[in-house]
Parts: sequence; C-alpha cells; structure tokens
Amino acid sequence: MNILVCISNVPDTTSKINFKEENTAFETQGVQFIINPNDEFGLTRAVWFQQKVGAKVTVVNVGDASCEPILRKCLAIGADQALRVDLQPKDGFEVATQLAAICKKESYDLIITGRESIDYNGGMVGGMLATLLEIPYVANCIQMDIASDEVSVQREIDGGKESLSATLPLVIGAQKGLVEEKDLIIPNMRGIMQARQKPLEVVPPEAAAPASKVQAFEKPAEKGPVKLVDAEDIDGLIDLLENEAKVL
Amino acid sequence: MAVVVYIESENGTPKKAGLEVASYGRALADAHGVSLVAVGFNLTDHERLNVFGVDKLYNIDTQGGVHFDVERYSEALAQVATKVSASLMVVSSSADGRYIGPIVAIKTDAAYMSNVVGLPSQYGPLQVKRTCFTNKAFNETQSTKERVVLSLSSNSYGLHEKPGTAEVLSGDYPVSSNSLKVESVEKATDKVSIADADIVVSGGRGLKGPENWHLIEDLADVLGAATACSKPVSDMGWRSHSEHVGQTGKPVASNLYIAIGVSGAIQHLAGINASKVKVVINSDPEAPFFKAADYGIVGDAFEVVPVLTEKLKARMQ
Ligand SMILES: Cc1cc2nc3c(=O)[nH]c(=O)nc-3n(C[C@H](O)[C@H](O)[C@H](O)COP(=O)(O)OP(=O)(O)OC[C@H]3O[C@@H](n4cnc5c(N)ncnc54)[C@H](O)[C@@H]3O)c2cc1C
Ligand SMILES: Nc1ncnc2c1ncn2[C@@H]1O[C@H](COP(=O)(O)O)[C@@H](O)[C@H]1O
Repeated sequence: MNILVCISNVPDTTSKINFKEENTAFETQGVQFIINPNDEFGLTRAVWFQQKVGAKVTVVNVGDASCEPILRKCLAIGADQALRVDLQPKDGFEVATQLAAICKKESYDLIITGRESIDYNGGMVGGMLATLLEIPYVANCIQMDIASDEVSVQREIDGGKESLSATLPLVIGAQKGLVEEKDLIIPNMRGIMQARQKPLEVVPPEAAAPASKVQAFEKPAEKGPVKLVDAEDIDGLIDLLENEAKVL
Repeated sequence: MAVVVYIESENGTPKKAGLEVASYGRALADAHGVSLVAVGFNLTDHERLNVFGVDKLYNIDTQGGVHFDVERYSEALAQVATKVSASLMVVSSSADGRYIGPIVAIKTDAAYMSNVVGLPSQYGPLQVKRTCFTNKAFNETQSTKERVVLSLSSNSYGLHEKPGTAEVLSGDYPVSSNSLKVESVEKATDKVSIADADIVVSGGRGLKGPENWHLIEDLADVLGAATACSKPVSDMGWRSHSEHVGQTGKPVASNLYIAIGVSGAIQHLAGINASKVKVVINSDPEAPFFKAADYGIVGDAFEVVPVLTEKLKARMQ
C-alpha cells in the first residue's frame, strides 16, 4: 500500500499573529513552525499502517525551503520519503492542483490531508484534491480501518458521527480521533539520525494559477475589560445578559 | 444569472444554518439584481423559505435515501448551478456545508472561500472578509475566478426576513459512480449541536471529573444550549471528541458562550473568539479567560452554577 500524507507548515498554536508590509503579509519573524496538528494525526495513522502492513509512507508539502525542517521531522517520526513542491502557494486551490499533479505521477492508494490547516483554515485542500482526482473524500475523519480493499471510515458530523464504507483509492481529512494524542510519535535520536539519510526530493511546480488572493490582513479590534459580577449576585449576571448583552 | 444556496435540513425542515444562508443569498442576489435559487433535499416544510425571499426552490427527492450523500448532493448542486448560470453559491459552515463546498467549487470551476463573515466588501471581482489563524485574525480575499462558492460562518450574518413566494421545482438526483456509502449515523437527536446553537455551555478541567457534568448539562438544558468542553476534558475521555472546541477542535460562533472551569488558554480562546458574548465562571481571578470575556464571575463553579441554573429555570417559568 502506498500512502501520501499532505503536510502543511503552520505557526505553533501559541504564536502571536502579526502582519507586515502594510498588513499584506504574515510576519514569520519569531514564529515557531510546526506540522499542522491535523496532519500529524494523519501521519501517525499512516506510520501505524506502515508498521502493521508494510505500507510505504510519503509526505509532501507545497512550500519553499523554509518548510524542510518539518518534512525532516515527518521523516524522523517514520515517513519513508519526502517531497517538496517548490512553490509558495497563494491559496488552497493552488495547493490542491500541485498535489493532484503529484498524485498523477505516482499512484497512491490512500491520500491523507488534515481536516483543515490551522493557519488559513481553508478546510478545502482534501475535498478539492479528491474531486480533481475523481476519487471519494471523507472529511473530518475520526476512524479508519482497511481490510484488503475495503475501507471503513467514520466522519464526525454536527452532534454525532457517521460510519461509511469505501474502496481505495481514497482521500481523507484527518483529525483527532483517527489516533489519540497519546499515540503521537515523538522522534527519538535514532529516528532523527535516520531521517537525515532518507530522501527529500524537491519537485518543480506545475504551471497553475490560484483561484483567489489575499488582499489584506486585519487583527480583531481590542475588546474592553471584562465586567465582573459578584459570585453572590447571580441575578445581576442574568440581568446583564438579558438587558445589556440581550442574549437570553 | 443567479445566486444558488444550499438549504440544509433535518427531517424535511430547513435548519437555522440553511435559513441564514438563504438570508445572505437574498442580499447577494439583490446586490447583483439576480434571482435567488435554493437547492434542498426532501424538504417538506419549505414554506419557511418564503420568509427569506427565495425565488426558486429545487426540492430534490432522494428517492428514499435518508443520509447526506456528499457525491450526489454536490453533483445535484453543481447541475443546478450550471442550469441557472450561478455566479455565486453559498453553503453554511456546518460539517456538511464545509464538506460539500470545496467539492462543488471544483465541479463548477469556481473559487472557494470559507469562514466568510459578512457581505462582500466588493463585487466584481468578488472580495469578502474571512477569519483566519483560527479567529486570531481576518483577511480580505479576492476571487480570480468568475464563479465563487462561499461558506458562511454561522451566526455571522443572522436571519433577515424578506417575504416572497418561492416557485417550487423538482430536480434530478444524480447517480453516484463513487464507492463511498453511508452505513449508519449515530446522533444525539435530542441535543442541540455546537454548530446550530445560539448558546454554548462549556466545561473545563476545573469541573474535576465527568461525574460533575450534570452542572453543565442542567444549565445547557435550561438555556436550550449545546454543551462543549476543553481539549484535556475530551483527551481524558470525560466527554466525547465531538464536544472538544478550540483551535484544534470545533470552532464556536454562538451568540453566547459560557465557560465554566476553563482557564482560557490561547488555543481554547482561538476557537471560541468568534462568539459574540463570552461569560466566564472560574475560581482563579488570574485565569486568562477573564481577559477575553465580556462578563465574569470569580467563584467556585460547584456553588455558582447550580444557583444560576435554578434562577434561570425560575425565570423561564
Ligand atoms: C497544539 C495544541 C493544541 C491545543 N488545542 C486546544 C483546543 O483546541 N482546545 C482547548 O481547549 N485546548 C487546546 N489545547 C490545550 C490548552 O493549551 C489548554 O491546556 C487547555 O485548554 C486547558 O484546559 P482547561 O481550561 O479545561 O484546563 P486547565 O487549564 O487545567 O484549567 C482549569 C481551570 O478551572 C479552574 N477551576 C478549578 N476549579 C474550579 C472550580 N471549582 N470552579 C471554577 N473554576 C475552577 C482553574 O482556575 C483553571 O483556570 C491545545 C494545546 C496544544 C499544545
Ligand atoms: N502547502 C501545503 N502543502 C501540503 N499540504 C497542504 C498544504 N496546505 C494544506 N495542505 C493539506 O490540506 C489540508 C487542509 O488544508 P486547508 O484546506 O488549507 O485547511 C492540510 O491539513 C494539509 O494536509
């Protein structure tokens, strides 16, 4: 089995978000980048398949050279090889187009994206990629098992979950549940050493245009101080919620 | 030309998210001087849509199919969009809305924009404001394609009535060539989901254990609210994954968010910031949540919450 895991390089969740160039670009100075958490759940499940059934795991990122440290981290976690499409993408459609080109060169049985990236929160690359490849997509995937060609998956829906069956090839949007937090692999020294020897190939991008472009960023307005209500004065709180905030 | 909206429904009745999308679609259609075309599946209660100014409704009969089928629904939407020459399509930000949006965009050669929080700031080329960095910021995104699919953040536009009469048409339910098949759905039908809720009551580690969750549930019941929790609470298995909210969980954009025994870590706040009014109940006055909240009580949840629930209950009667 051939598995492709799509990896997005995102600011650490504790990052303060700032912009530069008159609010047209994200300020990366001082920001620590990590593997998008949803992608890490997906990668962990892929490495599990590698160990159980001998799947081959390839990770791919569409990004510039600054994304290589996280691809090395993926190799240290257990991926067999890495690809980097040498392009700084402008939107999710551009990413999906590049990934589709990768998937047309080599056939993958299972393609794992994250439910969404935590920077642009597009939640679009997986569905677009699957549709470009004319194969099915399971969003918000919280469980997946494969027996020969039969796949059973679960998708989180509002207020519950849905169980589905499918066949390979398939694209899924991984999230927590696919594996648990405690299953995440922290690379050890051996993994880190081995990662240095594993192939990280840089692939030139296909000619393709984005479908949208960001014109400007903006930070939310500063909010006023909290109104504290005494713990004995619950009526006071209810009154504020009803008459001032008008939410009851 | 037309604006096409996808009306989500439950047991034949449009959901609030579907009605919000219709309201928003009406405003877009007016701005363009075109008609508003809705697409729904097995709607029985479609008179509701007249209130929101839908001109035409394609009410598609799924021939006994009871579950959302991403392939057939997205194909049906794409076919209607092509038939009526849609320039704009709108879906909600529910799990199904965000699932179908990018797929419809590819099928119709449209740009896709999620997390849209208001009417376009510009038409032609279309430009909208969206949240990004999990609500830590916004951006203005402009389309480079003729056609655009928008996914509207819930509660960001609200319901705006504009009475009219929708012409009801039937539509094709395309067959699917794809292997994906829904086998079963597990859903707490008596509970409000986080995506649909006007009010969300959320509990954190400060509640000490799952046995104390009646505090959260009783309060949520009185308010008709959905229940949510912080990440450690779901990691420890006190509550199900589907209740985990925050940067790596579900986003919350309710009118009122009540956080009880939640410290207000940056990852938690990121996911719930889009909520309009935030209330915190926490015993530690230094808890970061007090910096993010509109109203707060410094106090012990085990004392404050039962009183709050009782008083609200008395008030409702
Ligand atoms: C990569 C990453 C992603 C993350 N994503 C998320 C996410 O999506 N969502 C999320 O929630 N977290 C997320 N976190 C975790 C986050 O950093 C915090 O650890 C978490 O939100 C804390 O949960 P908590 O507030 O329930 O618990 P704690 O931080 O332990 O806070 C408990 C609070 O309860 C209060 N308390 C205690 N007793 C009482 C009482 N009797 N009455 C009232 N108050 C009381 C305490 O004062 C305290 O403020 C993420 C972390 C990382 C590293
Ligand atoms: N630049 C990228 N390179 C590779 N994969 C990506 C990239 N951007 C997004 N993805 C994948 O697509 C998923 C969804 O991203 P998004 O649509 O941006 O929310 C991510 O979790 C990744 O798996």
